[in-house]
Amino acid sequence: MPKVIRINMTDLSVRTDEAPEAWGGLGGRALTSTVVAAEVPPTCHPLGPNNKLVFAPGLLSGTAAGNAGRMSAGAKSPLTGTIKESNAGGTCGRMLGRLDIKAIIIEGQPASTDTWYQIRISGEGVVIEPEAETVGMNNFAVLESVARRYGEDKGVITIGSAGENLMMISNISTRDPEGKLRSFGRGGLGAVMGSKRIKFITIDQEGTRPVPLVDSAAFKAANMVFTKALKDHPVSGQGLPTYGTAVLVNILHEIGGLPTRNFTSGQCEHHDMISGEHMYDTIVARGGEPTHGCSLGCVIQCSQVYNDKDGNYLTSGFEYETIWAYGADCLIDNLDLIAECDNVMDDLGVDSIETPVMFGVAMEAGLLKFGDGTEVLRMLREEIGKATPLGRILGGGTGHVGKTYGVARVPVVKNQAIPAYDPRSVKGIGVTYATTTQGADHTAGYAVATNVLNVGGKVDPLSNEGQVELSRNLQIATAAIDSTGLCLFIAFPALDIAECLPATVDMLNARFGTKLTMDDVVGLGKTVLKLEHEFNLAAGIGPEQDRLPEFFELEAIAPHNVKWDMEQKELASFWNF
Amino acid sequence: MVMWVTVKLFATFRENRFKEARREYPPGTTVADVATGLEIDHDLIGMIFIHGRAAELDRVLEEGDVLALFPLLGGG
Ligand code: SF4
Repeated sequence: MPKVIRINMTDLSVRTDEAPEAWGGLGGRALTSTVVAAEVPPTCHPLGPNNKLVFAPGLLSGTAAGNAGRMSAGAKSPLTGTIKESNAGGTCGRMLGRLDIKAIIIEGQPASTDTWYQIRISGEGVVIEPEAETVGMNNFAVLESVARRYGEDKGVITIGSAGENLMMISNISTRDPEGKLRSFGRGGLGAVMGSKRIKFITIDQEGTRPVPLVDSAAFKAANMVFTKALKDHPVSGQGLPTYGTAVLVNILHEIGGLPTRNFTSGQCEHHDMISGEHMYDTIVARGGEPTHGCSLGCVIQCSQVYNDKDGNYLTSGFEYETIWAYGADCLIDNLDLIAECDNVMDDLGVDSIETPVMFGVAMEAGLLKFGDGTEVLRMLREEIGKATPLGRILGGGTGHVGKTYGVARVPVVKNQAIPAYDPRSVKGIGVTYATTTQGADHTAGYAVATNVLNVGGKVDPLSNEGQVELSRNLQIATAAIDSTGLCLFIAFPALDIAECLPATVDMLNARFGTKLTMDDVVGLGKTVLKLEHEFNLAAGIGPEQDRLPEFFELEAIAPHNVKWDMEQKELASFWNF
Repeated sequence: MVMWVTVKLFATFRENRFKEARREYPPGTTVADVATGLEIDHDLIGMIFIHGRAAELDRVLEEGDVLALFPLLGGG
């Protein structure tokens, strides 16, 4: 029977239960959000004892399904005050699947802040011990220490100094198959883990067997159809593996949706210097790897290894959002500097969207100059990394820095930084930013696909028409995909190739012996969104916060000279389902 | 009579071609004609933008147009 592990950090006790029957069809985001909605008082302080931190592998985690290596972390977010789900690749999801652990629920918090703890989870049980060696260390050093003490093959979930210092920009990191880092990026979840005084968690899958399948022949057949769809679609089969997500730089520049200089233009002059094409050429010339996976079993492999000019590792998992934010929003025209920032952010354990968007606002405030990547690096290492008073102000995130310095142009929704697509020129993604339960988040309903990339049909990005419906359908589908452990990039083939999504449902049925239909899966997505929404309403985050910052309505953006002009009433109709 | 059009190519379309070029075309030239002239398989074209707005293959180009051609790409 699948297990649920409850770790109580108030009295350092552990309880392992059989998963309740009602949770049978839940995994990933559906499960973390169900637990948070049911067990966390919506009005609690996110860093207090009543918040819970929940980890859940997806429904297909641990199986041979392609791209099923993602797992979810959930809690009430200290950044947004909303419910939060954040997912990442790495090795832990697969291991938890094999261990038949459906969820790890971390509750309470130690009365004293003197001691940090480590938690080790294996087939034999759970060990909680005081931890000293890695306290104060950043993520790469933590991984080394854990590998030396407990072996190279363990899954690791860790926080860097930013999480220890309870910063709103902090994330939770996890070890990838090559011993590098992936992150549960958004919403300040590192601070939640830090508030529970947990420095790291290890997962040991020794002695486990492959995940049992009720009908392994049917599973294999469905997985073949699924993998073929991933390989056949030009986006998942060629574009993403070759150029990674950074290929979007030139596309968004071209259509005038690349937010530049703290969201004051939709185009960036040096776009080619920070483009996916340039990155690809650089990686190949320096002997890096353009095509790389963040987790085992990834067929698409959008990640990459980026080396410096001497051919030494600089960073991996170098994503469009990070490159956009430093490259265009902060005007840093040097990809090597941006790669170094990416590596330092991974090490400190800070969100690679919140942090650079915050720097854009700090630049507007005059704290440093636009384009000054060297000063960004210094502030990351010396201020945020050392938690100086300035570092703590920066560590409070985009909204916090805006308030501290009196900036009016602060790109956040529900206090979370708006990512790499300007909502004035890509209106569908604006609906997603405004309405998602997560605070501004492009992944929650990636309308860019249909507004710009011509995937899943076409909806004019400059018109309001059809955007609410598009965002709603995508948000529902995303909530369902986030529950399976499948990487969201499967949505590209799924939107265009008819056999793709049904194959995932067939895999679920073959895994569990269920008779789910596509309608059931869509139903799951709806249920997840609604219970997240109710949590937010009860937490005091009402419809008046389902909106974009005012400056998008006041300032037209070049080159199309467009403002955000969607009626609040129309936005509110998002929830009519 | 000729007209000048700026053609921008991206991703794999750049291989053995160019990034950006100002090119001469006879009036009445369509996006499809430009692609054919560059030996770009129409089926591989994912996105067409003229002055940053989406256009179709049969669109007739005008003097001074900036045409961008992308294969089907994605990210997030
Ligand atoms: S496509 Fe990218 S994000 Fe998705 S599983 Fe593969 S490497 Fe990870």
